[in-house]
Amino acid sequence: MRKYEGLPREIIALRVSKEIEDNSYVNLGIGIPTLVSNWLEGRDVILQSEIGMLKTGSLAEGDAADQDLINASCQPVTEVEGSVYFDICESFAMIRGGHIDVTVMGAFQVNEAGDFASWMNPSRGLNGVGNIGGSMDLASGARKLFIAMEHTTREGTPKLVRELTYPATARKKVHKIFTDLAVLEVVPEGILLRELYPGLRIEDIQSVTEPKLLVAPDLKEIEL
Amino acid sequence: MNKVVKDMREALSGLDYGATVAVGGFFAAGVPRLLLRALIEKEVKGLTLACGSGPLLGAKDELDALVENGQIRKIIDSYGLFRSASRGARHPLEQKVRSGEIEFEVYPMGTLSEKYRMAGAGIPASYIPVGIGSMVEQSVITNIEGKRKEREIRTIDGRTCVLEYALKPDFALVHAYSGDSEGNLRYRKTARNFNHVMAMAARVTVAEVENLAASGDLEPDSVHTPGIFVHRVIPVPRIAFEITNV
Repeated sequence: MRKYEGLPREIIALRVSKEIEDNSYVNLGIGIPTLVSNWLEGRDVILQSEIGMLKTGSLAEGDAADQDLINASCQPVTEVEGSVYFDICESFAMIRGGHIDVTVMGAFQVNEAGDFASWMNPSRGLNGVGNIGGSMDLASGARKLFIAMEHTTREGTPKLVRELTYPATARKKVHKIFTDLAVLEVVPEGILLRELYPGLRIEDIQSVTEPKLLVAPDLKEIEL
Repeated sequence: MNKVVKDMREALSGLDYGATVAVGGFFAAGVPRLLLRALIEKEVKGLTLACGSGPLLGAKDELDALVENGQIRKIIDSYGLFRSASRGARHPLEQKVRSGEIEFEVYPMGTLSEKYRMAGAGIPASYIPVGIGSMVEQSVITNIEGKRKEREIRTIDGRTCVLEYALKPDFALVHAYSGDSEGNLRYRKTARNFNHVMAMAARVTVAEVENLAASGDLEPDSVHTPGIFVHRVIPVPRIAFEITNV
């Protein structure tokens, strides 16, 4: 299977940040989504961390690290003016209660119905258990759910699939998908290709994507 | 009322073989490390450790000892396995989960936090619309095949929900930044996480506090957990630890 060179992870995160409107409350998951915060400085966007913090600051380096202050990925973070702490039930009331405007998560697979799989890798052989964390709550309560991920696995296997072969996190919840090769939107008819990596053709993207792609009439290069 | 106990032995008295013990903390933040060390020293076995989000991954030395001593029968968590597959495969915890020697039950984090809250608030069960379309809808998620109890499903206002039950631990071990002799607690920054709701849930809540205040010294408007939820208070020193990747 052919593997194309595309955007580095940091730049996928930059593209996601452009899709987040000012005055939004946003939750960022583990992996590429965490990197989105690097591009939100100076923006009027408030980050919610499910450990129990609103207005999460940047990652804390060296002496600035405080053992009582981490994000939900177990990284030391900083407090900024206006930061707020709260307990876990209140945090998940924000998440499940529909108060978060945008949730960005990573995924193993997404299908054309907007189902996605992120919580368990069956090849770990753990007899049907894995790390759910806050993923299902976040998907259930999200007003907008974005997936940020590589377009294929390291071996070149498509992650945009017809049928999930990994256990689902949630069904019909994904709105947009940001990969190293393309920006796509889940629409009632399937997956719509909106933007592609400069130099790639529609058929290149199709060759590393299982479902037949719909193509936006105003298809363009990825806008950064 | 004076809830301050004289030592760790008294703090954990009555916590015996087979107890269900809630452990506060979210990865490295707010884990009751000194109470866990006392649990290790006590060598009590057959434990069900009811967690919220990987406190044992954040307190790895304590996890190693608990697993090595064979004290854990079961873990309940939302994120209790190492993130890295290769790291996990090398760890005795994961080997025992694979062999079934340790039972491992997993819930969505918000659902798990509500299970503790329900126990504390006297609500036996509630319908929760999280996990629909996933394995959560089919059965309890566990590594032990015979324990995958089927779910009760009901549609409420057009939303499919699963019936989720309260989880009432025998003991809760929680960590607070400050507390007074009557058990009123304050936490610091993101170390609050599951500590408050677990204190509400358990039959016996034991709080380790870094700063012990006299009764009345905590600002009444700034108490996070009212002392009615806390049964024993043990002052502990603030210990520095390294935040490592989970």
